Amino acid sequence: MSPNELSERVADALSYARKRGASQAEASASNNTGLTLRVRMREVETLESHQDHSLGVTVYRGQRRGSASTSDLSSGAVRETVDKALSLARFAAEDEYAGLADADRMATRFPDLDLHHPWDLEAEQAMELALECEAAALDSDPRISNSEGAGVDTGESAFAYGNSHGFLQSGRSSSHSLSCVVLGEQDGQMERDYDFSVARAPEELTPVKEVGESAAERTIRRLGARKIRSTRAPVLFTPRVARSLVGHFCAAVSGRALYNRASFLIDSLDKPVFADRVNLNERPHIPRGLASRAYDGEGVATADRDLVCGGILKGYFLGSYSARKLGMETTGNAGGAHNLFLESTGQSYEELLAEVGEGLVVTEMMGQGANTVTGDYSRGAAGYWVRDGAVEHAVHEITVAGNLKEMFRNIAAIGSDVDRRGGIYTGSILIEDLSIAGA
Amino acid sequence: MSKSPDPSTFEVQQQALALARGSLLESADLGDPQLDRAMGALLRPGVDWGELYFSEYSGESWVLEDGIVKTASHDRGRGMSARAVSGEKSGFAYSDDLDPATLLSAARTAGAIARGGGRGRIELRREGASRRLYAAGDPGEGYSDTSRVELLHALDREARAADTRVRQVIASLSIARNLMLVCSSDGRLAADDRPLVRLGVTVLLEQNGEVRHGVAGWGGRLPLADLVAADSAGEYAREAVRQAVVNLDARPAPAGEEIVVLGPGWPGVLLHEAVGHGLEGDFNRKGVSAFAGRIGEAVATDQCTVVDDGSMPGRRGSLEIDDEGTPTGRTVLIENGVLAGYMQDRLNAGLMGVRPTGNGRRESYAHLPMPRMTNTFMMPGPHDPEEIIRSVKKGVYAKNFGGGQVDITSGKFVFSASEAYRIEDGRLGAPLRDATLIGDGPTVLTRVSMVGSDLALDPGVGVCGKDGQTVPVGVGMPTVRVDGITVGGTA
Repeated sequence: MSPNELSERVADALSYARKRGASQAEASASNNTGLTLRVRMREVETLESHQDHSLGVTVYRGQRRGSASTSDLSSGAVRETVDKALSLARFAAEDEYAGLADADRMATRFPDLDLHHPWDLEAEQAMELALECEAAALDSDPRISNSEGAGVDTGESAFAYGNSHGFLQSGRSSSHSLSCVVLGEQDGQMERDYDFSVARAPEELTPVKEVGESAAERTIRRLGARKIRSTRAPVLFTPRVARSLVGHFCAAVSGRALYNRASFLIDSLDKPVFADRVNLNERPHIPRGLASRAYDGEGVATADRDLVCGGILKGYFLGSYSARKLGMETTGNAGGAHNLFLESTGQSYEELLAEVGEGLVVTEMMGQGANTVTGDYSRGAAGYWVRDGAVEHAVHEITVAGNLKEMFRNIAAIGSDVDRRGGIYTGSILIEDLSIAGA
Repeated sequence: MSKSPDPSTFEVQQQALALARGSLLESADLGDPQLDRAMGALLRPGVDWGELYFSEYSGESWVLEDGIVKTASHDRGRGMSARAVSGEKSGFAYSDDLDPATLLSAARTAGAIARGGGRGRIELRREGASRRLYAAGDPGEGYSDTSRVELLHALDREARAADTRVRQVIASLSIARNLMLVCSSDGRLAADDRPLVRLGVTVLLEQNGEVRHGVAGWGGRLPLADLVAADSAGEYAREAVRQAVVNLDARPAPAGEEIVVLGPGWPGVLLHEAVGHGLEGDFNRKGVSAFAGRIGEAVATDQCTVVDDGSMPGRRGSLEIDDEGTPTGRTVLIENGVLAGYMQDRLNAGLMGVRPTGNGRRESYAHLPMPRMTNTFMMPGPHDPEEIIRSVKKGVYAKNFGGGQVDITSGKFVFSASEAYRIEDGRLGAPLRDATLIGDGPTVLTRVSMVGSDLALDPGVGVCGKDGQTVPVGVGMPTVRVDGITVGGTA
C-alpha cells in the first residue's frame, strides 16, 4: 500500500470517528514489505518474504479515551475498529489530562529527511552477499569453528498519521541491514560474537567482508576468557554497550516515569545529573538518521534540543499527556527520542585504555538489571581486563554494579569512537569506579 | 500420544477445527481446492515438506493509573504464511491478506527455496490432540466491561488499603485469544483455540522522599471469570505492596560468590536460562550450544530432574498442539542429574533423527517456528524448605526475580533478583537491594546440594524472547540450595 492509500484509510477512520460522536481522534497506518535471507555454514538457511500492514486509532469522547487496531485495512474493518475504540472509550474514566496534543503544536514544516532508499535486492544477490559475509568470518582464523550464520535484511515502510486537528501526513522509509554471528573454540571453550551494519540506504552499509571479519575478530578476542576476583575498578563501556547507559537516562527522564515519581531523576531539571563534561543533544532532522522524525507520534513538530549541558539536566522526554500531568509543554517526544548525540570529550579508544590503566573494558552485557525507580544497577558483563593501558585477557561471568545516579556523575570521559548504528550516537564511556563481582 | 480420543474431547477438538475453518478459511474463500493448489505450489521439486499456517489474534488491554481506568484498547490481526523445508533450508512467506491469490503467491515464494523432484496432491486428514487443556471460546465472556473496570479498581483499593505509604497503583488487565490452523504436507490439518489472560499490579510507595516499587501479577489459559473467582485480587495487590515495603529497608547486596538459596516458583527462571535455552533442538543440531553432544552426561547433581511440559491444564505456557500441529507433552530434559533430551520442532527433530516433542512454536503467522520452551520446571526433592535455609551459615536467599538472559554458546547466564535477603546462621536477615546473579549453565546444577519438597509454578506472567519472537511461557522450581554462584552486588 502506498502512502496515499494509507492516508485515505486514516482520513476515512477520522471522519467516521467524528461522525460516530468522537470529540477528537487520531489514527496511524503503516505498510511494511521486506526480504530476509540467512545463510549458515555456506548454505542458504532461510529466505523470508514479509508483507504486513496495520491501522490504529485512538478516539476521545470528551475526556474519555479508547483505542483499537487492526491488520485488516478494508473499509469495513477500519470502521469496525473505530466503533470498537468508541465503545471502549465509554468505559474509560474522565481524565482531565486526556486529549490530542494542542493544535498549535502540530508540525507545519516537513524537511526532506531522505529516509527512503529502496533496495531492489533479488534473492540471488542477497545470497551472494550473505555467503561472502559469512565466508569472510569463517576463513579469517582457524579458531573460528562454527557459525550461527550471516543475514541480509531489506525493508520498506509506508506510513501515515492524522488527527482531528486536520493534521494528515504520510511518507516512506527504508532500512537495510547485514549481520554475522560466528563461534570460536579454543581449549574446549566456545565463545561467540557478532557484528552488523544497518542503514537507510544500501550503499551506506559496511562492506560485507568487513562485517564478517569484524564478527570473527570479536569472537577470537573473547577466547580464553576467565572469571576474575571481585574488585572495584574503572570500567570502560564500549560504544555497543555504552548506548544502554544513555537508554537508562532516557527511561528515567521520560514523562510517565516522572509523573508517577518512579524515577531516580525526579525533580532534577536544571540540576547537575552528570559529570560537568557531559553534553547530550537531540537532533531529529539528521538526513538518513535511523531515528529521524519531522513530527512525533502526535503530529507535534520535533526540534533540535540540548538535553544535558555541562552535566546539567535541561529537558525531559514528554508527550502531550505527560506534559499536562507535569504542568509543562510537550517536547515532541511522543513515541520516544529522535537521534541522541552524547558529545565526545575527545579521547580515542586507545587513549581511553591508557586512562583506564588497570580496569575493565565491557564489550557485552546481559540481563535487564537497571532499576529506574532507585537507579540501582547490576548487569552481567563480558569483556577484557586491562593492565598498564593494554588488554591483558578476556573476562566473562562477572557483573558490574553501582547506582546510575552516581555512575552518571562519575563519567570520566566519552570517546571519539562513535557508533552510528542506531538512534543513540555515543563513543566509549569511562566510569571511574564501579563494583565488579566475580569469583 | 494417544490417537484415539474419547468422544467428548474429540468433539472439542473438532469444534476448534470447525471454528478455525470457518473463521480463517471459509470467510476468505479458502476451500479444499484452494488449499490443494497452494500446497501444490509450495511443494516444488526438492521441497521435503511444507505447511500453510493461518491465525487470528484478538486482544484487549485495560490500564488503571491514578485511581482511574485511563485507557482500554483492542487489537486484532490475522494472516497466513507458507513454509517450505528442504533439508536445512526454509522458504517462508507471509501476508495479512487472506485470499486465494495471496495464499498461492505466498506458497510459490516459499516453495522457491528448493529446486529438483516432484510431488502429487495430498489428502487432508483432520487431526487433534485428545484432551482439553483449556476452555475454547472468548476468555473474556461472562465478564462484562463494567466488571473489568471494577476489577482494576479492586486492585487499586486493596493496594492502597494495605499501606498508607502507597502513592501510586498501576493495574493492568489483558485478555487475548489466538485461533490457529495448520495444514501440513503430510496431510495433517489441526487447529487450536488459545485463550490467554493476565492481570498485573505495580505499586509505588514513598517514605521520606525515597520511592520503591513492587510488582505482582497472575494469569493463564483460562476464562477471566475463573482467574479472578478465588478473590485473588486482594492477595496480589498486597503482595506487590509487601515487596515495595521490603525494598524500603534493603541494604546493598554482596559482590562475589555466595551460597544462594532460591525460593520456590518464579526463581525457576534459573532453569529457563541456565539449561532451558541451551537444550533447544536448533542450537544442538548446529552444535552452537554449550550442551551440544552431551546427552547421557551428568550436568547436575542426582537430586535434579528438569522437565518441560506443555500439556498442563490452564498454564500460561501450555498448548494443545504446538504451532506445527504436534501434540504437546512432557519432555524430560535432565533426569536425576543426567542430560536426557532436547526440545524439538519438526525441522530439527527430522535433521537429528528424533521425534518432535511438541515444542515447535511461533509468535504469529508472520514468524518461522523454532524449538521453544513451554512450562519448564524442576521436580520436587526430599528436603524441607526450612531445613534448606537452616543449613546455610552465610549466604543469600533470593525469593523473587525479574528477568534473565543467556549466551547459549559460552553457557553464561544471568537472572536478576528483585527480592533477596541475607542468610546468617541459618536465619533470614536484612533484605538486599536488586542484584544480578551470574553463572555457568552447564555447571550451575552440579552445585545444587539440596532440592526442596515444595515445587511451585510461577503465577502465570512469563514471556520468553528468542530471535525476535516473544511467546508466553511458565517456569517453576522447589526451594533449591546452590553452593556457589556470583552475586552482583556492590558490598
